[in-house]
Amino acid sequence: MSEQEYVPKSKAGKWFNDRLPLLSLASHLTDYPTPKNLNYWWTFGGILTFCLLTQIITGIVLAMHYVAHADLAFASVEHIMRDVNYGWLIRYIHSNGASMFFLAVYIHIFRSLFYGSYKSPREIIWIIGLMIYLLMMAAAFMGYVLPWGQMSFWGATVITNLFSAIPLVGDSITTWLWGAYSVDNPTLTRFFSLHYLIPFLILGLVVLHIWALHVPGNNNPVGIDIKKPSKDTVPFHPYITIKDAFALLLFMIIFAGFVFFAPNVLGHSDNYIQANPMVTPAHIVPEWYLLPFYAILRSVPDKLGGVILMFGAIFILFVLPWLDTSKVRSAVFRPIYRQFFWILIVDVLVLGYVGAMPAEGIYLVLARVGTVYYFLHFIVILPVVGYLEKTEPVPLSISDPVLTGSADYSMAKKDNEKI
Amino acid sequence: MDKSEKKTTTRRDFLFTTSYTVGAVGLGAVIWPLIDQMNPDKAQKALATTEVDISQIEPGKSITVLWRGKPVFLKRRTQEEILEARSVSLNDLPHPEKDEERVKSGKDEWLVMLGVCTHLGCVPLSNKGDYKGWFCPCHGSHYDLSGRIRKGPAPKNMEIPKYEFVDANTIKIG
Repeated sequence: MSEQEYVPKSKAGKWFNDRLPLLSLASHLTDYPTPKNLNYWWTFGGILTFCLLTQIITGIVLAMHYVAHADLAFASVEHIMRDVNYGWLIRYIHSNGASMFFLAVYIHIFRSLFYGSYKSPREIIWIIGLMIYLLMMAAAFMGYVLPWGQMSFWGATVITNLFSAIPLVGDSITTWLWGAYSVDNPTLTRFFSLHYLIPFLILGLVVLHIWALHVPGNNNPVGIDIKKPSKDTVPFHPYITIKDAFALLLFMIIFAGFVFFAPNVLGHSDNYIQANPMVTPAHIVPEWYLLPFYAILRSVPDKLGGVILMFGAIFILFVLPWLDTSKVRSAVFRPIYRQFFWILIVDVLVLGYVGAMPAEGIYLVLARVGTVYYFLHFIVILPVVGYLEKTEPVPLSISDPVLTGSADYSMAKKDNEKI
Repeated sequence: MDKSEKKTTTRRDFLFTTSYTVGAVGLGAVIWPLIDQMNPDKAQKALATTEVDISQIEPGKSITVLWRGKPVFLKRRTQEEILEARSVSLNDLPHPEKDEERVKSGKDEWLVMLGVCTHLGCVPLSNKGDYKGWFCPCHGSHYDLSGRIRKGPAPKNMEIPKYEFVDANTIKIG
């Protein structure tokens, strides 16, 4: 952060800023030098902030009308849908908002994978981001339990039973999580409490995420280090704010499309049946954003093994910055990695698809192939490709290839040089 | 100062160690109630027994009752079903248990077990699956006529709860 020291113009502003430098912070955020070549894949940070605030605001409102009790929860959600003024709208925004939140976060994560944003010196940003993602999954899971429908109840039963796979103490842990001998009223009330807490934890981590981002500055599509500020950067405001705002508008159109025209298409109709501990629905599926992990869980014919692989699929991402051995960040200059990136996307989509299908026949085979490839990508392909791949020449600065029309290779760094 | 430098253990080291120790014990004493409050409360534990009237159950039929929030299957098995359950070799079982160990002796026709799949807790469907017993629709576990796991991801046989015959027509679970 190389901007010069900010001094407020007004006397009152200077008096306040000397005591609490909020105006300096605002000035930093406004002038923050941003790479001028950021494309629309970089607008999802702002979109995600919007999603988080939407969930917090609609959630606070829903909590005013919702009753966290096993006998009353289901009816109170129907009360919100039928009796509360605009209750249907607020609930549909909240439930579809969760899906939109995950849609945006997956694009954000794969953006990072493509352009190497997780690589040095941005490992901490990446790890904080993964912690946010884990908390998002916890919040989404607990939120799905609150309406106390059949999917709520049996989803909660299946997921909490994952912990019973832990040797020796598994059953005690599961009972402790439930506060009963099955998913029951104590489970519902604690899930409500935690569901309300987690978004604020996420908010705190978002502050750290952005703080850690502002130390090295943004990565960019060519993935090179740039001088800040320089001819390669533009101030965050108005250049990035207006671009983010435009992308957010497009995103909100899609969001509104779901809320107003297909509010239940991403949900499951079984959740409009009240929870019944005596009857399991014929086909239990989690929400779409958890399907790839569910497919991994079911691909293993062993209970503990399945649970370990499922959690491993997430935790392996934490060491990703050290598994990727390439010195070049952006896949734009990595012809081999680029292809494996798209194969990984297809792999995750296939896992998501088979996660929604019954675990038998061809789906089970696909799930196993998909699971093996997922781990192969991170454990074998990434480290090996990083060593063997002949990367394309990387430009010296963002401006050079832009201003000359085509990349001037004589100006370019060679791939064996450190960037 | 010169004196204390020669000593290996100073008065201050002692104070640090004891402070940390007492502090850690105090912290543990405060954290434990916060953790234990999540365990089943007295109201949950009070629901620990259920009495069931079994006089109306015909051979070959079963009923399901709720005990501690979980379904319990009470199945009155026919002679053929008992013979079939007992004809299985223990080598064919992922979790070897004799049928005799899973019922009360003299009450061989009554199979009383938690209707909870030992994989991830779904309720298996009766008279389904490859072994004529139960089939779990969630992840495809097959159980036989003794509630023993035969095929699929579940690691164990369905659990037999603590129960007793109060009289000829009544079973007390728990």
